[in-house]
Amino acid sequence: MMSDSSYGQLVRLGRTSGMGGVADMPTPDVPQPVLKDALSARPFDAAVTAFVLACLPRSKLPVLWVQDRASRLENGRVYGPALRGVKLLRVDVSHARDVLWAMEEGAACAGLSAVVGEVHGAPPVLDFTATKRLALRAETSGVPVWLIRSGAVEGLSAARERWRISSLPSDAHPHNTAAPGAPVWEAELFRARGRAPGTWTVSRVGSHDGRAAEGSENNLRFLSRSGDGSLEADDSHTAHAAG
Amino acid sequence: MTAIQRTLPDEAVPVVLAATGTHGLVVHAVNAAGAARGILAGARVVDVQAIHPDLHVEQADVSGDQAMLKRVALWARRWCPWTVVDGYGGVADGILLDVRGAAHLFGGEARLLRDMHARLVMQGLSARLALAPTRGAAQMLARFGVQGAMCDDADVVELLAPLPVAALRLPRETVRLLERLGLRTLGALEAVPRVGLMRRFAGTAEAVNPLVLLDRALGRSADPLDAPAEAVRCLARVRMAEPVIDPLPWLEGLADDLAAQLAQAEQGARQLRVTIYRVDGEWRSRDVSTAQASRDAAHFVRLVAGKLDGIDPGFGFDLMTLEALRVEPLSLRQDRLDGGRDAGADVAALLDRLTAKLGPSKVTWDAWVQSHKPERVARAVPALAGGEEAAVEVARERPLRLFDPAEEVVVLYAVPEGPPARFSWRRVAFLMVRFEGPERIAPEWWRDRAGTRLRDYYKVEVTDGRRLWLFREGIVGDARGGAPRWFVQGVFG
Repeated sequence: MMSDSSYGQLVRLGRTSGMGGVADMPTPDVPQPVLKDALSARPFDAAVTAFVLACLPRSKLPVLWVQDRASRLENGRVYGPALRGVKLLRVDVSHARDVLWAMEEGAACAGLSAVVGEVHGAPPVLDFTATKRLALRAETSGVPVWLIRSGAVEGLSAARERWRISSLPSDAHPHNTAAPGAPVWEAELFRARGRAPGTWTVSRVGSHDGRAAEGSENNLRFLSRSGDGSLEADDSHTAHAAG
Repeated sequence: MTAIQRTLPDEAVPVVLAATGTHGLVVHAVNAAGAARGILAGARVVDVQAIHPDLHVEQADVSGDQAMLKRVALWARRWCPWTVVDGYGGVADGILLDVRGAAHLFGGEARLLRDMHARLVMQGLSARLALAPTRGAAQMLARFGVQGAMCDDADVVELLAPLPVAALRLPRETVRLLERLGLRTLGALEAVPRVGLMRRFAGTAEAVNPLVLLDRALGRSADPLDAPAEAVRCLARVRMAEPVIDPLPWLEGLADDLAAQLAQAEQGARQLRVTIYRVDGEWRSRDVSTAQASRDAAHFVRLVAGKLDGIDPGFGFDLMTLEALRVEPLSLRQDRLDGGRDAGADVAALLDRLTAKLGPSKVTWDAWVQSHKPERVARAVPALAGGEEAAVEVARERPLRLFDPAEEVVVLYAVPEGPPARFSWRRVAFLMVRFEGPERIAPEWWRDRAGTRLRDYYKVEVTDGRRLWLFREGIVGDARGGAPRWFVQGVFG
């Protein structure tokens, strides 16, 4: 906490619902034109892809999806029939350098709804400077940019939010106890500008419990992890620290 | 007529051009010596060779003749602005020029015809020329009249009267019918009472109706010439005082020049070619395509600049051109009233840049194929070639990510029903916790090769929550190979 850049600020974490610390969190769904990192905690985990797709703005415009060769081999290609209503403009390149170039070109283009790049591992070209360039481009043009990184990645990044996503055992299937149900993910926001980091259990609204997702602005539900203490406690703790 | 230019025998030797007919080679065209000996077009080459052992046979190039005739038609616009290829039954064999109002520029009609004849001979072509008030009369006189025949409104009837009815370019059965009626010449056709003929040819289409064609030839009904528009050719060039190595500084001026030319013509470029002409006489060129017609000079510069790295200037070059190879009409486009720009144009410009740098196969949209096999459903089409398509509806849940080809797993502990309880993939052991399935996908017999095995798909959740899409290829005892193998094809989000 002491090393966090938000130390000393009074952070508002949204409304609490009063259900024993379970709160609807402000989600990253409101598309902010910034660069965000999504890291995969485990190899070939598609949770990070699903999380990013759920966070993209609802739009008729196409999404530029750039993949390098290593991530294509490691994580596979995004499969069209599983996407609902997202138009993908795919760019398949072999090197991370070309991924960054294509992402920069896309981030400067206001006709896209979002730009998503995928890089596997930690190539030397993907350093702090490169991410800084991407972040500035995204903030200038107003196109949200996501960088999905798989493999053991630790390092500096100028991304405004850095998430680490992993799958959790799924919900119970409503009709079949032996079958996996609706997906549940663990989302850890470990670096953020303007908001507090934290760890949440994320599930889709209306995926299996019958609640419709149409009216809501986002279709992800963020629950604080049980056992971590309630969110109000976190909030007051931060406020105390600030005082 | 326009044979391949090569060494031909003496003019006294009969030469025929042979084309492929239904039963072997047939005579397509004959030279003067051959015609004098009575060789007719349409005869079989072997027969003619038997009669005339000294016959010289060349292969006819019909499509080449057609293309050349089209080029000659455009070249003939040196005499008048409206020229068109003339022909019958889809085969062009002449050129029509509408010289109305242009003849005086060449000193009158007679001198115009002489000029045409002289210039065509200079091109190495032989031509039969005729000048008449209507295009129908002109084409008949050129083919059946005397060389250089000329007529005006007063004497067109007399000149056409002795020509055979076949000159009207009628189908063979119509010609035969008219000849059986005793109407062998146009004069005879003109002389009979019109009402009876009208009744006989009432049901005939206009293009093959002898009365309609005759009326057009005699100028009683209108028969205008529909000349194709001239192709827009936009080319900007820059000449250097002395040879230079780096083309980049000259590119901006070229692009500005080309964009101005395109704006003048109200066209946009779909394909550009930049060419450098080196001092050693060689030239090098690079092509780029655009997704949308464009005449944005800055866009041209961005597209072409990326291509100049691979161009070899040698010892320098002294001429550089930028040419719009393919153009499309493009009117002025206005920005939206709220100051925003057209999103589609932005994406098209992005596609151009990505494709120009990475190559057309790397920037793709998804196209959808009706197929049962998951890896066949999506097909990548180059972004410049196709547009976006709506995704196919698949009734069952599909994984978010797909491995193509599927990766084989090692079964550590198999159970009789369902997926393996323990398996190893990418050298990591997994323990299955829950599964859903099977979903059976049968081979597509109309597409797969024989012996392809069916697949049973399972959605499998392992201990840490990752959900894989496994399938078993084949079943025990299907007589299509050994024990069934297991593969991972996808991952669920």
